[in-house]
Amino acid sequence: MELGKRDPVTGRTTTGHEWNGIEELDSPVPRVVLFFLAVTILFSIGYWVLMPAWPLGWTYTKGVLGIDQREIVTREVADAATARAGWTDRVATLDYAAIEADPALMQSVRETGRTLFVDNCAACHGVDAKGGPGFPDLKAKSWLWGGTPEAIAETIRVGINSTHGDTRVSQMMAFGKEGILDREQVTNVVAYVRSLSGTATGAPLDADRVKAGQEVFAANCVACHGEAGKGNAELGAPDLTDQAWIYGGDAQSIYSTVYGGRQGHMPHWGERLSPIDTKILALYVHSLEGEAK
Amino acid sequence: MPSFHRKLERSAIGFVLAIVGVSAIGGFVEIAPLFTIHETVEKAPDMRVYTPLELAGRNIYLREGCYACHSQMIRTLRDEVERYGPYSLAVESQYDHPMLWGSKRTGPDLARLGGKYSDAWQTAHLRNPRDVVPESVMPKYGWLERTTLRTDDLGDHLLAMSRVGVPYTQAMIDNAPADAYGQATPDTTFATDVSERYGEATNIRAFDGDPSRVTEMDALVAYLQILGKLTDAATAKTEATGAEAPKAEATKAETGATQATGG
Repeated sequence: MELGKRDPVTGRTTTGHEWNGIEELDSPVPRVVLFFLAVTILFSIGYWVLMPAWPLGWTYTKGVLGIDQREIVTREVADAATARAGWTDRVATLDYAAIEADPALMQSVRETGRTLFVDNCAACHGVDAKGGPGFPDLKAKSWLWGGTPEAIAETIRVGINSTHGDTRVSQMMAFGKEGILDREQVTNVVAYVRSLSGTATGAPLDADRVKAGQEVFAANCVACHGEAGKGNAELGAPDLTDQAWIYGGDAQSIYSTVYGGRQGHMPHWGERLSPIDTKILALYVHSLEGEAK
Repeated sequence: MPSFHRKLERSAIGFVLAIVGVSAIGGFVEIAPLFTIHETVEKAPDMRVYTPLELAGRNIYLREGCYACHSQMIRTLRDEVERYGPYSLAVESQYDHPMLWGSKRTGPDLARLGGKYSDAWQTAHLRNPRDVVPESVMPKYGWLERTTLRTDDLGDHLLAMSRVGVPYTQAMIDNAPADAYGQATPDTTFATDVSERYGEATNIRAFDGDPSRVTEMDALVAYLQILGKLTDAATAKTEATGAEAPKAEATKAETGATQATGG
């Protein structure tokens, strides 16, 4: 090794290492790199002073800015609530009918309600609120538990067959599986149910079956669905005379429902949504009824 | 400076000591936050452990790589808090080995998914996400419903978790396979044992809708339905912190008190 040797081209000293005639220049680190290194060091010193940084045994330096992300987010949420208090206070105090009579207020309710609906309800009921197999269509005007905004708000709060203490409870018994009706009776009552809503397509319904089914219906189904099959919002029993079917309105689907029973589950939202959000959502869902399907 | 470095790198012992010294700084920076862990991880005396079925579901969640698209951490940002619920606390994942916080989302955050949707929805969604969410890009997981859950090794999984600090009792470890079966088959003595061992709040349901067999779908849905439900610490904190501005002062005092007594 030859220290202090100078490279003839650049005039710089070399490290003294040499590999097959190739020598390494001992160039200093460029000043710009040193400059930015210094800047980052200064930045970090400033950051240590301003922000929570150093552990000190059982505590840590809190920083002179006293920044706490949890406090910031709590404040931001509170500020947002204050910012919209102008109209949410009115939603909180006015009753449903008065809110719905105020188009300007309903405009705000619908905008916020839409966001709440998409975040929370759309997974099951769909972004268009038209539901799907097993999940009710909210635009069908066929309400299991009542379609007033008050009833909708209560359903949102406690859920259906949920784990909430006040939950709405409803069950369609498994008439076939439990042996209450035999297959013939189930087929008959399905024919009768289909005749109620006039949805039967294809082959016309067998009049004898419909008649026999009516007797089965009168003996087994009227307690919940009512004599006319119009349902009962006290029991969450659906109206069988309309065109809305949660589990399908064809003969096979209705047969499955009567044979195997149904017990839908809507989670309760009382813990997840604030009372005001629940009220906004109920108003939003109720307002969907008026929209064209 | 150059001459100091030249001298240092020509002394073997000196250079080794310098390397050790510099590396130690990096090590210290990683270890130091643990000194104040009593302030970072809140206390949650009501925290319950994963049941064997839920733990099996968690293992399926890991196996299928769900964490690649779904995080389990609600950050301290207003839009996240308003969409998903209270921000996540460290204590909520104290029994998670490994934790599944995540920093990337393709699908939504799942930290507070438990109880948000029905079992029927979860099953339908896993079977084919497009059936319930037409715009979804999530793959189908229908085979979970057709695959019987392996339960014979669940005791070992519980034992492994207890070795890293999850407070499973010996009875829980010994009865893990039976408990996994019981949680998915309501109205059996096995089910009663589960609620005795893991608490009344435990979900005992035929998660996939079929009580006759325990499938991987049962396990995964059981796990999804417990996310964010192991402790009420986060909701309790939010209630204490309050959503209204006038409460801010009280909040500060309370937070301070919590921190002071936290350890």
